[in-house]
Amino acid sequence: MLSIKNLHASIDGKEILRGINLEVKAGEIHAIMGPNGSGKSTLSAVLAGREAYDVTEGEVVFNGKNLLELSPEDRAREGVFLAFQYPIEIPGVSNINFLKTALSEIRAYKGLPPMEAKDFLKLVKEKQALVELQGSLANRSVNEGFSGGEKKRNEIFQMAMLNPMLSILDETDSGLDIDALRIVANGVNKLKTKENATIVITHYQRLLDYIVPDFVHVLYKGQIVKSGTKELALELEEKGYDFIKEEVGA
Amino acid sequence: METITKVSIKDKIISEFELSKNSLFGDSTIRKNALDSFAKLGIPGRKSEEYKYVNMELALKGDFAFSSPNPFAAQQTRLSEGQVETASILKTAIVVVIENGVFSANNSRLGVLPKGLIIQNISDATNLDSFKAHYSNYADVASDAFIALNTALASGGVFIHVAKSAVIELPIHIIHINTCSVPTIVNARNLVVVEENAQTTIVESFVVSSNSTKVFNNALSEIVVAANANVKHYKIQDEGDVGNLVNTTQVYQKKQSVFSTNNLTLSGSLVRNNLTIVLDDEFIESHLNGLYLTKGTQVVDNHTLVDHRKPNCNSNELYKGIIDEKSAATFNGKIYVRKDAQKTNAFQSNKNILLSDDGTINTKPQLEIYADDVKCSHGTSTGKLDEDQVFYLRARGLSEASAKKLLMHAFASEVVNTVELEELKSYLEAEISNRFE
Repeated sequence: MLSIKNLHASIDGKEILRGINLEVKAGEIHAIMGPNGSGKSTLSAVLAGREAYDVTEGEVVFNGKNLLELSPEDRAREGVFLAFQYPIEIPGVSNINFLKTALSEIRAYKGLPPMEAKDFLKLVKEKQALVELQGSLANRSVNEGFSGGEKKRNEIFQMAMLNPMLSILDETDSGLDIDALRIVANGVNKLKTKENATIVITHYQRLLDYIVPDFVHVLYKGQIVKSGTKELALELEEKGYDFIKEEVGA
Repeated sequence: METITKVSIKDKIISEFELSKNSLFGDSTIRKNALDSFAKLGIPGRKSEEYKYVNMELALKGDFAFSSPNPFAAQQTRLSEGQVETASILKTAIVVVIENGVFSANNSRLGVLPKGLIIQNISDATNLDSFKAHYSNYADVASDAFIALNTALASGGVFIHVAKSAVIELPIHIIHINTCSVPTIVNARNLVVVEENAQTTIVESFVVSSNSTKVFNNALSEIVVAANANVKHYKIQDEGDVGNLVNTTQVYQKKQSVFSTNNLTLSGSLVRNNLTIVLDDEFIESHLNGLYLTKGTQVVDNHTLVDHRKPNCNSNELYKGIIDEKSAATFNGKIYVRKDAQKTNAFQSNKNILLSDDGTINTKPQLEIYADDVKCSHGTSTGKLDEDQVFYLRARGLSEASAKKLLMHAFASEVVNTVELEELKSYLEAEISNRFE
């Protein structure tokens, strides 16, 4: 589904990603872990199409298409979803209104007619329940005045509504208490199918107790320096990132 | 060689006064006094502090006729039924048509007026006590050249009186429409008196019937809000590319009254709003909201003055603008809190979005506070659309254009949501949507 080869990216002339290689197949969950400043968030931003980053080398192919040539909206329409580490507040834009517009533009891109109002509302209800999001929150302005946990749940709610092929969860666990973490993880797990894939970006192993990855990759100084299965995450938790630094340094 | 004597617009105005003074309504002393003020003040130039961002001299360049109070001219309406229909934004309202600065009985749709409501040609109201008690008492001819000009040359307009404790359910919609076939200076004059404990909603709109004749509209409304009265006021300015509008709204409030105004500028070549609210007693509430959407080479200038004279009053002001292309917008918000006005709460906010590199925004809050126990704040911001917000929406599949449209809508909605007339609100929402296409 996703194939990243030798990806280099920089911001303001400073190179952050220095040759990332990653293959993600349908049905898989990949975790990308790494210390602060290793390039985790840059990777998610580059995949989602943030214009501030320059891709200087390498390629990203998503379902046969060159992802890097697509606008952010076309990436979303092709089925890439980024759950933001810091979801943006948009006063005055209602959550529901914006999702309705998003969904109809995605459907138009795929040559589908707009969804019937009642089907849309049914979908909203169903997906809200999935992340235990109150109806009133769905009707409020996007993320405005939401608590940290509500914002993250709202990200997963949007993900559920848009039903992407590839979901990238950028530090979705940051700032979440254990109850909110369970709700979010539970939502992600319920959305998991054999056809879609998930990349979980996280600093801590804890989230991976709830969203169990098939593969764990360690990102350090802009490269994936170690890959393994879920046991690698436990090892990292136990030994800290220093052991990676020592291994790489050695 | 031909010698051309250039007559200044000021001289033209003064000679027009001499020609028409006997046919104009009302007290000739008031008019003479106003003309003297005008002669002293003249048309404000670019060096005038109050008018430095609007080129009034340019707006008044060229030949102009003057709106005439001649009753025969007033009968000869150029308006078709359809034009009045189009200009009537509200399906259920008492419609007052002011054509070229003169009350048009033929085109107005007053129906059977509810008890306690008087609506009539201002020229016919001059003998009423409530007219005499208030006319020209608030808009000070010495303070502004356009107030002076209007007071000297006012051709007509409407007088509205709401009796004590009368609650007028239907909104009163005053349509200012220009149908002149030659460039004309129009001086419409309205007086609205809302007596104690009464309530009413007034909508004023400014439109033109053709998009080819330049118009200079110098309209003035005085609004008196007596004790415990509640007045909701809306202004919609949409005069297209030919409209030059100086619009003075002078409000005077008494004890425990509530006045709210919403000024929406959708188009116009040059629009200057002078809004002054005097809070001349205790426990008064005033709400000022404004929205201006500018493009092309449009110039929109909002000057507001909130004058807190007595203790325990609240005022709240929010003006927002979206400035595109080479247009320019100005916001100048003065708040006076006089020595006696302790326990005043006065808030002001002006926010702007600049969509182009060639647009201009001048924003100037001016707070003058002479009391020591008050809560006052002001804030202004000017910026482009928030890129993080645009990206967030695009990352969910919205095109860049629809993301921006959604954000502009949201920005404007803070003001539009203060419109309580549902019909007017949906009209504005539709107009704003069209603008962002």
